[in-house]
Amino acid sequence: MKNSKILALALLSVFTFSSCNNDDPIAVNEEEVITTVTTTLISGNQTVTMTSRDLDGDGPNTPVVTVSGDLLVNTTYSGAVSFLNESVTPVDNITDEIKAEGVEHQLFFQAPAAIGTFTYADADSNNKPIGLAFTLKTGTAAATGNIVVILRHEPLKSADGVSSGSITNAGGATDAQITYPVQVK
Amino acid sequence: MQTKIYIFFCFCLFCTIGFSQNTVSGKITTQQGLPLSGSHVHIGTKTVSSDVSGNYLIKRLPKGNVKVYVSFIGFQAIDTLVNLAGDQVLNFALKENAAQLQEVIIRQKANTLNKSLLEQKIKTETIEKFSNQTLGDILKEIAGVSSMKTGSSVVKPVINGLFGSRIPVINNNVRLEDQQWGTEHAPNFDVNAAGKITVIKGASGLQYGGDAVGGLIVIEPISVKRDTLFGKTILNLASNGRGGSISSSLHKGNDKGWSWNALGTFKYSGDREAPDYVLSNSGNREANFSGDIKFTGKKYDVSGYYSFYNTTIGILSASHIGNVNDLYNAIKNKVPWAVYDFTYDINNPKQKVQHHLAKLNYNYYFDQTASLAVQYSFQFNKRLEFDVRRGNFNNLAALDLALTTHAINIDYKKTVHDWSLKSGFNGSFQNNFANPATEIRPLIPNFDRIEFGTYGIVNYDISDSFSVDAGLRYDFSQVQATKFYFKSRWDERGYNSEFADFIVGEQGNQWLAKPSFTFHNISASTGFHKEFGQDLHWYTNVSLATRNPNPSEFFSDGLHHSTGVIELGDIALDKEQAVKLSTTLQKKWTAFSVEFNPFINSIRNFMFLRPVGFEKNNRGSFPVWEYQQTNARLAGVDVQTHWKINNQWQHDFALAYVNGRDLTNNEFLIDIPPLNLSNKIQFAKTEWNDLKLELKSEMIMRQNQFPDNNFITNIIVNNELTEVLVDISTPPPAYQLLHFYSEMKFKTFGKSNTTIAFSVQNILNTNYRDYLNRQRFFADEMGRNFQIQLKFNY
Repeated sequence: MKNSKILALALLSVFTFSSCNNDDPIAVNEEEVITTVTTTLISGNQTVTMTSRDLDGDGPNTPVVTVSGDLLVNTTYSGAVSFLNESVTPVDNITDEIKAEGVEHQLFFQAPAAIGTFTYADADSNNKPIGLAFTLKTGTAAATGNIVVILRHEPLKSADGVSSGSITNAGGATDAQITYPVQVK
Repeated sequence: MQTKIYIFFCFCLFCTIGFSQNTVSGKITTQQGLPLSGSHVHIGTKTVSSDVSGNYLIKRLPKGNVKVYVSFIGFQAIDTLVNLAGDQVLNFALKENAAQLQEVIIRQKANTLNKSLLEQKIKTETIEKFSNQTLGDILKEIAGVSSMKTGSSVVKPVINGLFGSRIPVINNNVRLEDQQWGTEHAPNFDVNAAGKITVIKGASGLQYGGDAVGGLIVIEPISVKRDTLFGKTILNLASNGRGGSISSSLHKGNDKGWSWNALGTFKYSGDREAPDYVLSNSGNREANFSGDIKFTGKKYDVSGYYSFYNTTIGILSASHIGNVNDLYNAIKNKVPWAVYDFTYDINNPKQKVQHHLAKLNYNYYFDQTASLAVQYSFQFNKRLEFDVRRGNFNNLAALDLALTTHAINIDYKKTVHDWSLKSGFNGSFQNNFANPATEIRPLIPNFDRIEFGTYGIVNYDISDSFSVDAGLRYDFSQVQATKFYFKSRWDERGYNSEFADFIVGEQGNQWLAKPSFTFHNISASTGFHKEFGQDLHWYTNVSLATRNPNPSEFFSDGLHHSTGVIELGDIALDKEQAVKLSTTLQKKWTAFSVEFNPFINSIRNFMFLRPVGFEKNNRGSFPVWEYQQTNARLAGVDVQTHWKINNQWQHDFALAYVNGRDLTNNEFLIDIPPLNLSNKIQFAKTEWNDLKLELKSEMIMRQNQFPDNNFITNIIVNNELTEVLVDISTPPPAYQLLHFYSEMKFKTFGKSNTTIAFSVQNILNTNYRDYLNRQRFFADEMGRNFQIQLKFNY
């Protein structure tokens, strides 16, 4: 009977397809994850390195934030931010990608005025700041507070105040947001 | 064999003492006196077939005029009225049908076995109105059905407050497998391919599965039983989105021999517009094809069906956010941060979805009261989701899933006297492959799933006005997944004590685990339908549904980009069980009818997302929501009225209310549709080219019953970190929308005609946001939309 033929055919196809079991999967290389954000501040022979490292990405572990030393009052530091993906080997340097796509990225630096003020020291192809290089002029009196470094993807760089470092109208999506506790003395 | 099946159903035998009334018996023969065995005899509401000697017997028939219908293939059917005054003998001699053209094969109606639950149906003419929209949009025509949306093109149906995996969608007798577990995933279905849509607001459709905790949507294609060839083309133009759609179909019907249907649909739309701004990147494209071919023989038919659904949907640019500060800003600013000029282009984020469905059917009719259906179906779903990524990654999908499903269904139907029986078996194999080439940890892991199910449903007419039904189903399900867990996550979830056996390997800081689950489930349904006179019906149904955790409930593990929330699944979840009691009173007067449908759905181990804390990473701080189980109760009422004011004027009213409680935590449930009311007034005049004018008002109240999931985060104000409350819980205000629809029909030439329709949605260009739209934090809903529809029948 035709009936049984169709049934047999159908069963056959089910078992043929189901027998091709997948091999064990490969762990995904998360190429874009920013595991490590390092902000370096240099003035003369003093270097302050501030790092936030989170090797499990979206996993439950909290990033480990370290700040190598205190900042000096009334000092101009030249700063740089680097972004690494240390979850892959070899380690992926994301800083270069951000620089290459400078038009689509901008860093924002936030700190209370007593800590200091930030100025951009680099520019993308449209002559708008990126923020991978900057200067920090620390305050004139001793202070404690946080420096917050934010990387925005596809911000509205032409919006009001954005190119001078105000994040209010920047829009875009946050790719990194690090809070470094610092002391100026 | 039939006896065996009969015995098989004895589990649900109802002890009834017949309302002994009239008995009719007799013999069916040819005009030469030869017995016709297996001929179909239908008297009143009862159906039997004649035995080997052509004899039949029907008991408990009411007094008075009853309809008698006797048929046998190859013979002219007898269709007459008989006045019954007592027991009677009726012999029929059927006349051979020389031309063999007038044969009518009576088939049992496909899905009406559950007479205790009033099914809600949407007809072709309503479906055609929505030719340019989605399945979710159409279903809102039914009281108690609302929609869960992501933007304007991803629309999921919500029945009595439940959606997603709790509402299986059955297309052409195939259960649609389409990653329905994700809230951003709408059913992969071209509405133009539907001939009729039925909504079952309960789990009583046991032939389709036992896990319909929320209800079922059953879609049947257009099928033509008479010998004819016709075509239909629907053209839509819409002002909002500056696009439209065209759908063309050809149908070749036949009562015998070959018949076929073919349908193609193409949709194209640019950015939608809210009253005050462009909803940037909300365009979509869709190209679909479906076709079937069928051969009908004397006692059987064979058919093959194939459909292909292919769509690209833009996801609102402004809904792509990186962390909760971005979400806070979006909620506070009320205007999307990304508003660009109108464009047809679709950029990231976007979805590309393809769905193939192929099936083979074989139906065998033992006689006119018994049939066997065998079906094999194959489905392949490909889902690509593109996100805003750096550099070349932008061209690489962030999520790449391929879901393959094979299924076999065997169904047997039989009508004997006052009994209708249906029973069957199904088996399926499913494989999900999450492509690691995305270079993003997949939301859903690889898995294999094997399922078997068997069911029996019986309906018994105790009297002409009282029928009962009962059904029982058993399902076996086995899932084996392969997934990498961060060791830190594995520990945080506390899996080590119970699930250490699942670990099969290790790579760096990740465990490779192979979680495997087996479920044995029972589901059931029973109820009655009582008719008081001609105009008052009472339906009551109780159903038990059992649903296993879906892949996202088991395995979610990461950041959800549009909500800025880390969602975590739990492999310790158990199945969820729902008992739904639903009753409907339907009363009809001459010009007015009303349907009143209260329900209560008690769900044990209801799975839902619950906020549990925060996690920090280099992007910022994120609220963590995990899947938990609770005891939930949904109770509510759906009301529909229809008032035929006079020959021209009609009024329709619908109201739906549902209250959802989390009983364990003594909270309201999230995402429960608010009270909504709709009023429609229609003017129709046949003399004026079938003119129809409709004005519809939709009132959606504010949902005041919601859980408080708000949280505190730190944002930078004047260069200082400041605590702010992120209000993700408060539902948007109530809103009212007005819509207009008008149409006229014109005879063109011969038998062909053309319908022209003009409609306006959101006439007042109202600004509003909907509680059940995932993008309500980011932008208003669509504004006014003018639409012109041309429909050609030929």
